[in-house]
Amino acid sequence: MHILAFDPMSLILPDLGLLFWTTIIFLLFWFLMGKFAFKPIVKAIKDREQFINESLSAADKAKHEMQQLQSDNAALLKEARDEGAKILKEAKEVKESMIADAQNRAKEEAAKIIADAKLEIDAQKKSALAEVKNEVSRISIDIAQKVLARELDSSKDQQTYINSLVEKIKAN
Amino acid sequence: MATTEEAVVAPKEEQSDAAAEVVEHIMNHVADANEFHIATIGHQHYSLHLPCILYRDGKLSVFSSGVFEGGEKQVDGYKLEEHSGRVVDALTGKRSANIVSYFSATDSSRFLDLSITKNVFTSLFGFLILAVVLFSVARTYARNKNQAPKGIQGVIEPIINYLVEDVIKLNIGPKYEQFVPFLLSVFFFILINNLIGLVPFFPGSANASGNIAFTFVIALIAFLIININGNKSYWGHIFAMPGVPKWVLIILTPVEVVGLFIKPIALMLRLFGNITGGHIAILSIVSLIFIFGKMGQSVGGATLGGGMAIPIVLFVNAMELFVAFLQAYVFTLLTSIFIGSAVEEHHSTEHH
Repeated sequence: MHILAFDPMSLILPDLGLLFWTTIIFLLFWFLMGKFAFKPIVKAIKDREQFINESLSAADKAKHEMQQLQSDNAALLKEARDEGAKILKEAKEVKESMIADAQNRAKEEAAKIIADAKLEIDAQKKSALAEVKNEVSRISIDIAQKVLARELDSSKDQQTYINSLVEKIKAN
Repeated sequence: MATTEEAVVAPKEEQSDAAAEVVEHIMNHVADANEFHIATIGHQHYSLHLPCILYRDGKLSVFSSGVFEGGEKQVDGYKLEEHSGRVVDALTGKRSANIVSYFSATDSSRFLDLSITKNVFTSLFGFLILAVVLFSVARTYARNKNQAPKGIQGVIEPIINYLVEDVIKLNIGPKYEQFVPFLLSVFFFILINNLIGLVPFFPGSANASGNIAFTFVIALIAFLIININGNKSYWGHIFAMPGVPKWVLIILTPVEVVGLFIKPIALMLRLFGNITGGHIAILSIVSLIFIFGKMGQSVGGATLGGGMAIPIVLFVNAMELFVAFLQAYVFTLLTSIFIGSAVEEHHSTEHH
């Protein structure tokens, strides 16, 4: 027959040896780990948490500043653009007025030149007509002289009449 | 003891013999031993011979448990009990003094066993593992200051962070910081011993954190820490609960005083019961193979037992893995709550 070789009570009655060693091992564990592992680790985690929080708030601040800067820049850019547009508009107006001015002046000049030319042409025409008139009268006198030269010899009256005619022409 | 067993098992002698042997194996396994059994190949036992430190009547004997040659030799009036691997008195076969027999028994067979036993070895081994892991993690923190955790840091940090923020700080309140090293030590020391116990082969398998002496020590230290840090209002609530009629205190005060001791005793027994129970459950189910197989005589029975035992053991082992974490957590949580109630400041204006 098999005889049970264990005492069930030994399961629930602490052995002094194990009590002794567990106490020493646990206290040593507590001391060493607490001092060289848990405390530094917990502190490092806390420090890092603080570092992360600070970094995040700094980044947030930087972002805000950036946004401020960006909106400032946008306003500045808009202003510059408006100014540019204004300048451009003014330049356009100046250009248009200058062109209109030049056109007007050119028109006036042209009209003046045309008027001058007309006067010149009139004067030339007049002098040409006068010359033609003189020539015609001279030629007609010549012809008349030649015609009359033959007949004048005949009568003294005739001579007188001719003279009066010539006088008339001269008067013309 | 033996006679009652005999009477009960008499009708089915052979089968019950196997069962009794299994029970003995299991009980010896969950108990402590002076040798760390590694394997048996054929009839050859391979064990780690742990150092024996024995003390009797002013005489200290220090030697390796190898000197007993597996139980065949007697040294200095001691011998090694073969099945349990424990050092006993050579004449009476009595074991070393436990917390009760040290004070009750006064005969010459009484001796102290301060050996590095299987459980002491396991505790030291766990200590070593944690020292390597935690020191390297602490070093990484020092080296990579304010950087994202990497490697083993990523495993340890969430555990520590959770315990500190959501267990210790939450339950103790503003004065939590001085208790952090103790409570983290409790958690990790219990956890590592639970986990090592779940490894089924050397250097695992020992039931250190399921030993009553182990849980007794941690519960006792917790008890001391709770009550040393107890403030005026804590003691006031125990001996003179404010806002309660005087005559009720006659009943209430003894209840509160008993409660002082029940709290750590509950801590001690909870851890002991859970871890030892887990070991016994796993070993019992594994033993189905031997019981069904009639200790190696029936291959079919052993196959059947194995077919049943393997999936169940797989399940129970997974559950024990969870229990290993859970019990370490529960011990830490309850200790935090008790410390919290001891250091809590009650303001008369907001009370009753």
